[in-house]
Amino acid sequence: MPKYLLRFGALGYLSLLLLVPVGFVFYRAFEHGLGPAWDAVSSQQAVHALELTLLMAAIAVPANTIFGVILALALVRSRFPGRGLVNAIVDLPLALSPVVVGLALFLLYGRGGWLGGLADHGIKILFAVPGMVLATMFVSLPFVVREVVPVLREIGTEQEQAAETLGASPFQTFWRITLPAIRWAVAYGVVLTTARAIGEFGAVSVVSGKIQGRTETLPLYVQAQFEQFDIQGAYAASVILALIAVATVVGLRVIHPREEES
Amino acid sequence: MGIAAVDVTKRFGSYTALDNVSVTIPEGSLTALLGPSGSGKSTLLRVIAGLEQPESGRVLIGDEDVTNRPARTRGVGMVFQHYAAFKHMTVWDNVAFGLTIRKRPKADVADRVHELLELVQLEGLAKRYPSQLSGGQRQRMALARALAVEPSVLLLDEPFGALDARVRKELRAWLRRLHDEVHVTTIIVTHDQEEAMEVAGQIVVLNGGRVEQVGSPRELYDEPANEFVMSFVGPVNRVGDTFVRPHDVEVRLEPEDGSTEAMVERVVHLGFEVRVELVRDNGQHLLVQLTQEEAEQLELERGQIVYVRPRHETVFSAG
Repeated sequence: MPKYLLRFGALGYLSLLLLVPVGFVFYRAFEHGLGPAWDAVSSQQAVHALELTLLMAAIAVPANTIFGVILALALVRSRFPGRGLVNAIVDLPLALSPVVVGLALFLLYGRGGWLGGLADHGIKILFAVPGMVLATMFVSLPFVVREVVPVLREIGTEQEQAAETLGASPFQTFWRITLPAIRWAVAYGVVLTTARAIGEFGAVSVVSGKIQGRTETLPLYVQAQFEQFDIQGAYAASVILALIAVATVVGLRVIHPREEES
Repeated sequence: MGIAAVDVTKRFGSYTALDNVSVTIPEGSLTALLGPSGSGKSTLLRVIAGLEQPESGRVLIGDEDVTNRPARTRGVGMVFQHYAAFKHMTVWDNVAFGLTIRKRPKADVADRVHELLELVQLEGLAKRYPSQLSGGQRQRMALARALAVEPSVLLLDEPFGALDARVRKELRAWLRRLHDEVHVTTIIVTHDQEEAMEVAGQIVVLNGGRVEQVGSPRELYDEPANEFVMSFVGPVNRVGDTFVRPHDVEVRLEPEDGSTEAMVERVVHLGFEVRVELVRDNGQHLLVQLTQEEAEQLELERGQIVYVRPRHETVFSAG
């Protein structure tokens, strides 16, 4: 009896908090059929928002993947002063409210900020794509590092040393031994990074200035439509974000068992 | 090629792992570095391989000073205790690794890998992954991988330490035969004196980062340089300042010249060998090894009084 209670309780909690609200988004988006939903997401403004969102991810994800692996290698394989501090700073984006991240960038690149002078030289950071990319990179930084670090610890250095005695250069050792050993952890980190980059609202909202058709990403578009009482448009765009989330969850399920196996 | 370590000192923080160690390994020999854990034997091997950099001293392979060369250009083949198998590669790719790194022609690589898999008796398992192999098979794969690049020296770091007793015995005999076939200068690190004596022609006994003695298995056993070597290369009884091997204790039922009284505490039958544990009237314990025949003649029983006398004893001068 308590077993059923436990199961029912867990499912009920999940349904009430997650499944029902997300289900309603799908329901409302397709309430009047596929036609209106399609019209809503194929408007010029919506398409631009989607393109901009994908651009954010296309820059932030590769950058955070490459630097994430380098950072993880530095944290696990080398001893340097301040290593503990670096380790802690990596987690900062997870702990810090995204709005604060946006505000911090605003203060740094805004008028009177340390790097505020860039705008006078024609390098526009705020209310433009560069600022939004920086904000997205900031909030999605920890995922690859956090996935790769424990796997690097676990595999140890013996395989790398064996490769070295067999004549492999440091680069060959990384490419042929280390990288294949951490590949599933990297993939897992990439999926999480992508999801975070695409869904980011707070930080991007602050630095973008939310200029319609110019600096509006998909999450910002959803909010704008909602505020303008274009409920159909808001729900339809939400469905795209929700589908990306579903793809992410499926992606994680595909990767995770393999990660455990290796 | 021969190997020499000259005045090598290696520290880890304040801990001295190797204290001014000098060792010469003759070309074509199979030498064991024998010692307890913390003796520095693995560190010495890793210094020779180039995986550790010594604070001072030099390493020579052949006539060449390789002290400042990275591991990858030293031409050594290394085998690790826990196999260090490349888990994401098949047995074939593991063995071929050193050759593909050197961008050898595909046909040459295939020939060489075939030859090696045959040598280590893994022909049928080329397409398997390391996780599908037993410990003994993994270690033979690791050995083939190390031999693939035709190393001038082969370094084995406790290669059989993670294997069960039976497989370990088989692989020892196999390594001995392999060395007779391949003739590459080989160093094996072990903490097991029986393994060292069975496999190696020359043994270097290390303790506390220093060399205690270098010699053939026979020399170490018959003429140990000091107490440490005497007690490390085989069981020993200590009576005051003298040391007696268990098989050098004479057991009689009647008192004789120079014999002392002892009581039988335990008799252990191990087949050909019979181990008798005795206790003297001063409370001192003695271990005696007899043949089955000797033991049967004496008809030893627990609680029986016997008379013992050393047949051969060793005294080390103080210091």
